[in-house]
Amino acid sequence: MNLHLSHDIGVWIAALLTLGIFSFLYRDNPVYKFCEHLFVGVSAGYYVVLTMISSVYPNLFQPMFTSFMKDYHWLLVIPLILGIMLFSRFFPRGDWLSRWPIAFVLGVYPALRITGFGQGDFVEQIHGTILPLWVPGSIGATIGNLLLVAGLVCTLIFFFFSKEHKGALGGTARVGIYFLMVSFGASYGYTVMARVSLLIGRVMFLLDDWLGALKF
Amino acid sequence: MKREIPILITLVSGLFMLLAWFVPHPTVRSAYEGLQNWAIVVVGFTYVLGVANLLRINVRQVSRKERDWPYKIVLLAGILVTMAVGFSEGNHYTDVDSRFQWIYRTFYSPMTATMFSLLAFFIASAAFRAFRIRSVEALLLAIAAFILMLGRVPLGAAIHPAIPAAADWLMEIPQNAAKRGILIGAALGVMATGIRVILGLEKTYGGGES
Amino acid sequence: MSFLAGLRYMDRRWIFLGVGLLVLLPLLFSFHIAPVQPSNRARGFYDAIEKVPEGSVVLLPGDYDPGTAAENYPMHLAAARQLMRRNMKIIALALYPAGPPLTDQVLRIAGAEYHKTEGVDYVNLGYKVGNELVMSQMGQSIPKTFPVDNRGIPVNKIPVMKGIQNFQQIRLIVNVSAGYPGTKEWVQQVVSRYHVPMVAGVTAVSAPEYYPYLQAGQLHGLLGGMAGAAEYEILVGAPGLATRGMDAQSLAHLFIAFMIILGNLAFLAGSKKGNGR
Repeated sequence: MNLHLSHDIGVWIAALLTLGIFSFLYRDNPVYKFCEHLFVGVSAGYYVVLTMISSVYPNLFQPMFTSFMKDYHWLLVIPLILGIMLFSRFFPRGDWLSRWPIAFVLGVYPALRITGFGQGDFVEQIHGTILPLWVPGSIGATIGNLLLVAGLVCTLIFFFFSKEHKGALGGTARVGIYFLMVSFGASYGYTVMARVSLLIGRVMFLLDDWLGALKF
Repeated sequence: MKREIPILITLVSGLFMLLAWFVPHPTVRSAYEGLQNWAIVVVGFTYVLGVANLLRINVRQVSRKERDWPYKIVLLAGILVTMAVGFSEGNHYTDVDSRFQWIYRTFYSPMTATMFSLLAFFIASAAFRAFRIRSVEALLLAIAAFILMLGRVPLGAAIHPAIPAAADWLMEIPQNAAKRGILIGAALGVMATGIRVILGLEKTYGGGES
Repeated sequence: MSFLAGLRYMDRRWIFLGVGLLVLLPLLFSFHIAPVQPSNRARGFYDAIEKVPEGSVVLLPGDYDPGTAAENYPMHLAAARQLMRRNMKIIALALYPAGPPLTDQVLRIAGAEYHKTEGVDYVNLGYKVGNELVMSQMGQSIPKTFPVDNRGIPVNKIPVMKGIQNFQQIRLIVNVSAGYPGTKEWVQQVVSRYHVPMVAGVTAVSAPEYYPYLQAGQLHGLLGGMAGAAEYEILVGAPGLATRGMDAQSLAHLFIAFMIILGNLAFLAGSKKGNGR
């Protein structure tokens, strides 16, 4: 095995921080705690810089300060005031002011989600379930479509809690549970794949970028 | 008035956003676009608020020498140095050779990735210690999980071609049916909750006492 | 107490060691357990891009950060390569704060391979806070949502952005996503409303929930996790990090499946002997 160690100080720092975080697997220790707090600090600082330079400055300050009277840019004073009002949370007597900008955001987002979920997840998904229950010449497609429709109906019946799950309703709900269990098992399998992939990514960094030992 | 004004703001902004979605008139569209820009700006300020709060809490913990206070100094240094470097570089903060990008490549990126990669170990440990097959439902879950875990990697096809075919069928038919049921149910829930929030019937966000 | 029953009290750090070794050794020693076979979903993703006329404008949102880069970065890079090979005009953006540098890297690497110029053939609009609100506002005006690109250059001065107003000028959305905001929001806010064709490369954790979108025709292709990225790399003709990681992935999956069986056998052995806790 040939090693070609990196000469980049940044790669060495990154590798040592990676190993420091992995040390948690043995047990909690000061090195891990140091890495963890450093991570939180750098992340927070990064988020603030990104948000201010990429969003707040070009969408608020730049149009306000360069063309205040054009295109209704003077109205941007309102979101500026709302944004400043958020910081009233730091003052116990004035923290009620912070509810105004929160209320504004809480009006905008649900409205967007109602239409998004309504069309994207409700209408289109029902549309996608309207399938031929007999496909001439393809028994596989016929069975598949029948199972898809039956599975959906049984799952939806399981989530109907306004009536006790007894008799025919209970039996159908039970079938719905079986479909749900298959779905959860599939999700578990995919979750395992996801977690392992992330570890593979880190090991590749250590072996390739740091030690230069990875073979392709 | 402290309660009524936020509810009124939510009602007006929410109803306008809902109705404007259906109205193609240019004036309404222009106002719709403007309102969304305002919301982007306000959400940006919430990020800044979050970090300001983090600073406030940790400065207090350091000044009172609470538990793990030396590590809080590391946290504060991380925030302040990153912010100072980022803001000092202005628009050049995205340049490949900028100091801000060096901080991203050296600290943020590897630590984020490593934190997430720890989960691989814990999922293996949980598979051994907590995955108990004690019922028909659990057995179904386990069988589906085994088929997927083997079917989605090349090893499954090497063992037998039926394994990836079974994984594909499982994902396209029974899994799809159940997930669609969850999607439709969740969509109904989101729509109902959204209407309740806009109408001020959900008081958890600050309509009550702070 | 039998060995099997005693396993219930095994220190979990032995399991950690097992996972670590089964990931490390295949990468260190190149096992080549089995070749990667592209699935129908990966082919759908690839074919959807191939069907778009050359030179069209394509939106490439890279909604992920370093936490999921092991899964998303290979598919993002492969997508950029295929798009540039087909001379598409790429408008890239990120809805995760830590996404823009990854998008920059992808565009720089693929751009160098296919001799593409930033600003002329592609642009990175960078990050914008707001999640699905950004998508909705882009439907009204992309230049007003992103007045400047990732470098602070006004978009009205960028050649590739000329004539781009909203989604009507976009022929395809190639979304690489880690979760929220991501594929689901693009489908809800953009595909459902403006009927722009879309393909998605997502993390394995979120892949199962997008199968209904694929079946309903809201997505034309879906890549799930590192395995999906590996399949796509093979189709694009550039096997890379994802393909390389599949051996380790195979062994780790086998190990975890074995752990589930062993854990249940240990539990049964302990219960039978009356040693249950």
